[in-house]
Amino acid sequence: MRPREVVTLQCEDLSMSLASTAEGEGHLSRAERRHVERCLRCQAEVVQYRKVLRAMRTLRTEVIEPAPGLLADILAGLEEAGERHAVRSALSGRRIAYLGGLAAATAAGAAGAIVFATRTRRTRLAG
Amino acid sequence: MTDLVTAARDGDREAFDELVRVTHADTYTLAYRLTGDEEDARDVVQEAYLRAYRGLDRFRGDAQFSTWMYRITANCAATHLGRRSKHRHDELDEAAGVPDLHPEHDPQLRADADDLRGRLRVALDALPPRLRAVVILRDVYDLPHEAIAAELGISESAAKVRLHRARNKLRDQLFPRRDGESRAV
Repeated sequence: MRPREVVTLQCEDLSMSLASTAEGEGHLSRAERRHVERCLRCQAEVVQYRKVLRAMRTLRTEVIEPAPGLLADILAGLEEAGERHAVRSALSGRRIAYLGGLAAATAAGAAGAIVFATRTRRTRLAG
Repeated sequence: MTDLVTAARDGDREAFDELVRVTHADTYTLAYRLTGDEEDARDVVQEAYLRAYRGLDRFRGDAQFSTWMYRITANCAATHLGRRSKHRHDELDEAAGVPDLHPEHDPQLRADADDLRGRLRVALDALPPRLRAVVILRDVYDLPHEAIAAELGISESAAKVRLHRARNKLRDQLFPRRDGESRAV
């Protein structure tokens, strides 16, 4: 019969697991659980982590009031950003219209040149 | 709030302004906790709402608007602190900027230290910004590890290690060991 493997755990080995356990996230292995059940120091650590977490969660409901003027500054910043966006959109709209017009004029010019070239060729052949 | 978000996503500026009115104190609170400075917090909040406004069409609506704002604020704060630390190298240095943790030296701190919450605030202020950010986002605002890592620009495992170190430091400061007891960090 093989001798049973004895896992010797030090309190320091469990430090990370204890914090996760206190949070309700992690799971202790069987050996870790056995250690904690017998170790007052680790039990105290879990309790301390729980107290820290509980106190941290109570901070969620606390609101630090900003100095007056912050809301107005945020809204003014948004207004300015909105105006800049509108100007940019208008400019890009005009640019698109300008480029479109240019493209249409180029296409019309090219078509005219082709028609002219074709007619000239026919006239020469007929002559 | 959902109606306001829907209207704002449809381009209603008034609705977005109303969202700002409703959430700005909460957003400022997070920004202040992350930066530890009033002026920095103001800058972060303004930047966060500008980003939110520009990226509103990317907000899928499966999370709460406030949670989405927390993520943006965390990202802005990380960028802001990173930029600031380029000018002031001591900012992210773990040994630097640790305030006096002996409440008896300061009447204000002494008053704060009267209860666990007060002592927790002092201990949080004493944490280096990179540890403080992770523990606040996780333990106060309940953001998932993945989101925290994404917004702070670090890996998930780095976020977990920082969280562990932060919790350890908080516990050590709130429940100091008696002489002769050692503790792993």
